[in-house]
Amino acid sequence: MPLPRHCLSCHTTRLFRPGHDRDLRTGEVAGRLRARGAPMNAASQAIQRSHDAKLLVIRRGGAIEHWPRSALVDLLEPGDLLIANDAATLPASLPGIHVSTGRSIEVRLAGRRSLEPTDVGRFLAVIFGTGDFRTRTEDRPPPPLLTPGDRIQLGPLQASIESLEDHPRLVQLRFDGSAAEIWSGLASHGNPIQYAHVRQPLALWDVWTPIAGPAAAFEPPSAGFVLSWSVLSAMARKGVEFATLTHAAGISSTGDPDLDARLPFDEPYRIPAYTADAVARAKERRARVIAVGTTVVRALEDAAQSEGRVKAGTGLSTRKIGPTTRLRIIDALVSGTHERGTSHYELLRAFAPSRTLDQMENQLELHGYRTHEFGDSILVEKATARPL
Amino acid sequence: MAPRQHTAGLTQSLTGRRIAITGGTAGLGLALVREFLDRGADVAFVARGSAGVVRVTQELPRAHGIIGDLAKKDDIHRIALQVLGALGGVDVLINNASDLGPTPLQPLADTDCEDFERALATNVLGPFRLTKALLGSLAANARENGGAVVLNISSDAARTPYPQWGAYGASKAALHHLTRIWEQELANTRIHFLSVDPGDMDTAMHAAAIPDADRSSLKRPEVAARELADAVTAALPELSHHATLQARA
Repeated sequence: MPLPRHCLSCHTTRLFRPGHDRDLRTGEVAGRLRARGAPMNAASQAIQRSHDAKLLVIRRGGAIEHWPRSALVDLLEPGDLLIANDAATLPASLPGIHVSTGRSIEVRLAGRRSLEPTDVGRFLAVIFGTGDFRTRTEDRPPPPLLTPGDRIQLGPLQASIESLEDHPRLVQLRFDGSAAEIWSGLASHGNPIQYAHVRQPLALWDVWTPIAGPAAAFEPPSAGFVLSWSVLSAMARKGVEFATLTHAAGISSTGDPDLDARLPFDEPYRIPAYTADAVARAKERRARVIAVGTTVVRALEDAAQSEGRVKAGTGLSTRKIGPTTRLRIIDALVSGTHERGTSHYELLRAFAPSRTLDQMENQLELHGYRTHEFGDSILVEKATARPL
Repeated sequence: MAPRQHTAGLTQSLTGRRIAITGGTAGLGLALVREFLDRGADVAFVARGSAGVVRVTQELPRAHGIIGDLAKKDDIHRIALQVLGALGGVDVLINNASDLGPTPLQPLADTDCEDFERALATNVLGPFRLTKALLGSLAANARENGGAVVLNISSDAARTPYPQWGAYGASKAALHHLTRIWEQELANTRIHFLSVDPGDMDTAMHAAAIPDADRSSLKRPEVAARELADAVTAALPELSHHATLQARA
């Protein structure tokens, strides 16, 4: 069914004009110079489903369109399978004290080996010096010199540093106490990890998506903010199938270039049998499998790595997805508006060639898209042709 | 105690099912915790008082006790987090915690607004918020296992306008209606919303409402718990062999 192609911002129906909106060689846009990789506006309010949220669509042929995000269901086709990450977000930011020096620190839990609810004794963690989210992570002071065996007091929780992970701020942390005590301590003392671009302290309800289930993510799988129960109902009425998996979405930034280059850390996931079956059925009927969020891409492509089909069960996604990755399962991705240089942006390169992503960046800026977890969204279809 | 007489067809084990019960340290809630543990389910319960939570977890070490106040907005996600942490997910949520309003009971004209607000917060907003916070898990498990249940404990005061039961009756009427709307709106999710009146029970809450009631005429909470567990079990599809094994693993 042909759909109207309408631009929200410039009110034209011809949305992308190659060589007009931006001269790719010079970066000249609409009469002014655009710094390459210049930051977009950060969404600074913790509003999951802003009424004016936008959706940039990259068609598989490279055409770029602008839609209101509320039109997402219009862009889906009967038979499509939409898969989202149902991880609820942990209150993974824990203020505390480095006991031997008495100095205040912030611990950000950043990884664990499994999704088992009882497996909460050990976490990979990034440790910051004094301060909190109000200071940009790149400006945060380092923690005191950390050594294995150091004790850390985190409100009602106590922990030890087991080891350093090839970096003075990245540690394996072991909590004292039972799983129930650790969950209770996290619930009472932890806060969602947040960054300086959102000024108000976040509560858990700000970061749990409407479909949040197992408590597993370290930062919200925020592509899922696009979903609501009304959207799910509308999808069902249209004949779009919906399934979930659970992936422990990790932290998006540490403020340290060396650590950021190591992101994403290894992330455990679980794919229910019905989701694996739904993927198999979609492939059989040649329907599109659409991931809501980069974590869904990571989990499903990892699970299909050995046999080319998605296996149900648990796994650990360790691979980085980028321009050389051949996507076996996912046909399209709903995601946030990611900036060049991030691991999320690199993942987009598995979907679209660099030239198209250059155009995407240009359009995102030109049309005032907002970035970060509460920002606007993109829908990128896997390119039919390899990069030009 | 007489041997259990389950209705034919409802004797299905709840092994592998994950049940969250609010108000689990006394009366019907405690009876529900015991009943679902007896049926093999994994149970997490919530109560305000730490002493009661500790007492019940000492008596029933398989139960996961969580301290929290359903009437407080800030407690809801902390409770949900611990429920999800303890059980890994939820198949059945039982909103049992209730507030009677002013005690002794008062006519509406003499009911303090604060007492009414507390009854609404505990009996309506709390169940609404907790259901919403756990809806993703309930829906995922309904997709995976064929069904999930939210049971809201109702009362005949939800239907009959008893004088002096204004705060409680109006809040339970709202909860009953809320349940019916949830059921309508989420009909395609296979989450079943039940609103059940367990009958007049011999509990501390009943004694607070009607101190001079003839206790021998009242239902034992464990009898009501058995009936409610039967209703929940009937609303859940049989767990597949595969799912049961997975849950046990």
